Amino acid sequence: MLRALVCAVSICAAVAGAQERVLPLSALRSGIAFAGPDVRAMQSDDTSNPGLLWVENGQKLWHARAGAADSSCASCHGDARATKRGVATPHPRHDAATGEVFDLEARINACRVRRQQASPWARESEDLLSLTAYVAYQSRGLPLAVTIDGPARAAFERGRAYYSQRHGQMNLACAHCHDQNWGKRLLAENISQGHGTAFPAYRLEWQGVGSLQRRIRACLFGIRAEMPPPGAPELTDLELFLAWRAQGLPIETPGVR
Amino acid sequence: MPDARVNVPDRIPRGKPFEVRILIRHPMETGYRLDEVGKPIPRNVIRTFTCRYDGEIAFSARLSSGIAANPYLRFFVTARESGLLAFEWQDDGGVHGSDSVAVTVV
Repeated sequence: MLRALVCAVSICAAVAGAQERVLPLSALRSGIAFAGPDVRAMQSDDTSNPGLLWVENGQKLWHARAGAADSSCASCHGDARATKRGVATPHPRHDAATGEVFDLEARINACRVRRQQASPWARESEDLLSLTAYVAYQSRGLPLAVTIDGPARAAFERGRAYYSQRHGQMNLACAHCHDQNWGKRLLAENISQGHGTAFPAYRLEWQGVGSLQRRIRACLFGIRAEMPPPGAPELTDLELFLAWRAQGLPIETPGVR
Repeated sequence: MPDARVNVPDRIPRGKPFEVRILIRHPMETGYRLDEVGKPIPRNVIRTFTCRYDGEIAFSARLSSGIAANPYLRFFVTARESGLLAFEWQDDGGVHGSDSVAVTVV
């Protein structure tokens, strides 16, 4: 009897630890799979992908000196093509110094403040988007691999709760569209699985590059829900959950949507 | 921000048409939109685009507000000699943009 109980307890623990995804790896589809052939062609060719304009600008910013320390990203990190290969894959990530979870934008801004002693860039500013796109571009083709155990756990659980919580006047959760109805149509648009692997991405609707947080806010606007301000912890928590949910899909930055 | 990204083949056979691709960074503001306080945003689109090959006009276009932001142009040019492809454009704000690329004919 006691042995059976111990066995049952250990099975419960194993299930809780394994963290089953609603969509297994074999069922994951990048957002580009739901786009039309013209958009797919635009993204896959670097000469026609307008996101590369931002990546190129990010490369200039990488070498631009800033702040009281009068240093550039390159002063410490050298050639991004070598030193930043793969750094986007574990983001959003727990930051030991602040105890917060940082997405790539927050990481770059933290480096600006701590090392360059410069003022942080505003969220959605062209500079922050460009440098984020440039850094994420170095990880293009590599699969997302975030850590949710340890100190990031609480943020992950908040993100998961936010994802399955109903929001706004439409009373919809993210899961209603992106887990249960992906592949179907919502008016003129195909419903994707809601993976953020292409961001910062060039959206034809925006006529420019925007962050994953901007995309999430646009979704919340669509379901008539309250939109947390850019950089809000709720959005970063959700980004962490989404990154875990998309784990295994390659980074596409700069994607076209 | 960079003004443009230009792409031409590395080596071009003499007398054979080759494809030129240019992606220009520009808002192409239509003039029909309003800002947050309801004020019209003035029109600012690229009006003229010219491509010269060693000074001679090889291609030119007149653009309008129907063209999306960051216009992407593709066209064909034939070269007899190696030279310089120079691009020039002008928008409603009177701002001139330019870029150029060296072309090697083999």
